[in-house]
Amino acid sequence: MSTSRLATVRLRTPEGVAFSFRLASPALRLAALAIDFAVISASWSVISILFSLLGILSQDVARGASIVGYFLFSQGYRIGLEWRWRGQTIGKRLLQLRVIDERGLPLSFAQVVMRNLLRFIDALPAAYAVGGLAALLSTRAQRLGDLAAGTLVIWEPTEPMPDLAALRGEKYNSLRRHPGVVARLRQAIAPAEARVAWQALARRDQLEAESRVALFAELAAHFRSLTPMPDELLDGLSDEQFVRNVVDVLYLTRS
Amino acid sequence: MIVNLEQFVVEERPKWERLDALLRARARDPWRPLPLEEARELERLYQRASADLARLATFAAEPEARQYLESLVARAFAEFHGAEAEVRRVRPWVWLSTTLPQTFRRRCGAFHFALALFLAGSVFGMLAVALDPGAKSVLMPFGHLQGDPRERVAEEESGTKLGDLGERKGSFAGYLMVHNTQVTLLAMALGLSWGVGTLVIVFSNGVMLGAVVMDYLLAGQGVFLLGWLLPHGVIEIPAVLIGSQGGFVLAAALLGRGERLRLRDRLRAATPDVITLCLGAALLLVWAGLVEALLSQYHAPVLPYSAKIAFGLIEAAALSWWLARSGRTPPGSSLQGDRSP
Repeated sequence: MSTSRLATVRLRTPEGVAFSFRLASPALRLAALAIDFAVISASWSVISILFSLLGILSQDVARGASIVGYFLFSQGYRIGLEWRWRGQTIGKRLLQLRVIDERGLPLSFAQVVMRNLLRFIDALPAAYAVGGLAALLSTRAQRLGDLAAGTLVIWEPTEPMPDLAALRGEKYNSLRRHPGVVARLRQAIAPAEARVAWQALARRDQLEAESRVALFAELAAHFRSLTPMPDELLDGLSDEQFVRNVVDVLYLTRS
Repeated sequence: MIVNLEQFVVEERPKWERLDALLRARARDPWRPLPLEEARELERLYQRASADLARLATFAAEPEARQYLESLVARAFAEFHGAEAEVRRVRPWVWLSTTLPQTFRRRCGAFHFALALFLAGSVFGMLAVALDPGAKSVLMPFGHLQGDPRERVAEEESGTKLGDLGERKGSFAGYLMVHNTQVTLLAMALGLSWGVGTLVIVFSNGVMLGAVVMDYLLAGQGVFLLGWLLPHGVIEIPAVLIGSQGGFVLAAALLGRGERLRLRDRLRAATPDVITLCLGAALLLVWAGLVEALLSQYHAPVLPYSAKIAFGLIEAAALSWWLARSGRTPPGSSLQGDRSP
């Protein structure tokens, strides 16, 4: 397992498959905590009405049941939901967070109970100061409960299917008439450079106009510098279209 | 450098989507039994997605497809390797009669340590009050115990307090259960302070009890004391000690003395036992709370001290038998429930 500055944890399975999880930031976790607190408060205001009905039998019994009921509900809410929903409470589900075993496995019941019972110490002296400090200092953003239970809180935004529509233009690509240039470009362009160009095209609509022009000018200049190109290949071609053509010949094979 | 990404994605997309759909269905209902055919399909798709991920990571430079596949493979990996734990059924009677007492015995070293600390605290409290009666106000932070024990006993036996208690027995029991459980869970959680916090809680509770005991003994109220404390104390004190036992198990895992396992593995190994002990302690405290509210506060002549003391002794014997004997496998049985400590 390894961690990086980008707050990810990389796991390698016994079969040799590697994948990574994005760790939830302390701020996101705090927001989920606040949502859960609000949910507990709101739910209890409803449930307590049911307990107050016990007052018909005895006010004393109603008070006693209410004291125990709130304790069980406030403690059991997280334990029950994290167990039932595989590491999620309502707050975590809304913010796309999930508690997982640090080996990438699902949580065991003992882990769920342990990390939640240790909130007693993480919440000390107030406002989760101990837990927050531990999470900030930990390379894997673990509060003490997570350290003891061997759990991580990860952020798992919905991963979209890879969309190739950004490249699938039907425009004529002048580069394809020069296989020698294409071969030299494929040889000279590093994977990281290709990735930058791909991302620039995929996100072009998110860029401001001036930034977009400057970015594609820089990319086009770099690609042009890698290999000599005939003039007719570049005539009348904008920087962005040139970059699009380069990425097209790097990623896609067409008959 | 680059695979034909478009062709690759177009070819593999249906398999990824099918795997995604199966995983979503599992997430919606994790406890649904997995039919053999579906399990085989899941395994096949998982292996295929893993291979795709390896291929993409080696030959291509496209982050979105890789992230999507990583997410898919991570979910499938968890589904496969966690299947055993998910299907285990909860059996309360087995847990109560076997799991808990076996865990207690397996970790009895931590309990003996907690007990020794508690007794040391009690002796300290007794000596402090015997040698300096003025220390009572410092060692016993309870207003109703600050007065002369003889006056309290006379008041309790006159029955003047019973009317008031009768109106708040339920809420008093509830308060006791919650408060004692919170203290016990805190004692367990403070095991993460390498046991120092747990040690302080156990010792200070011993000091308080010792001070109370000596105060009443010096006042010649030993019988009242036994009738008052035994019915709930013989359950409540062991419960707090069992919770603390969990804290010391946690502390021992942190310290790792004589262990070759890594810290992470030591904590992982200790976690189920700590949780079992804590849940057991909480259960005992529910009983203790009920007894304290419904029985302990009634004194002679309403309830004879002999009856209360006898009740306490029966409880102590039952608890001792349960913790020491319950869940033991018969000699010669092939199923060995207890592991050596």
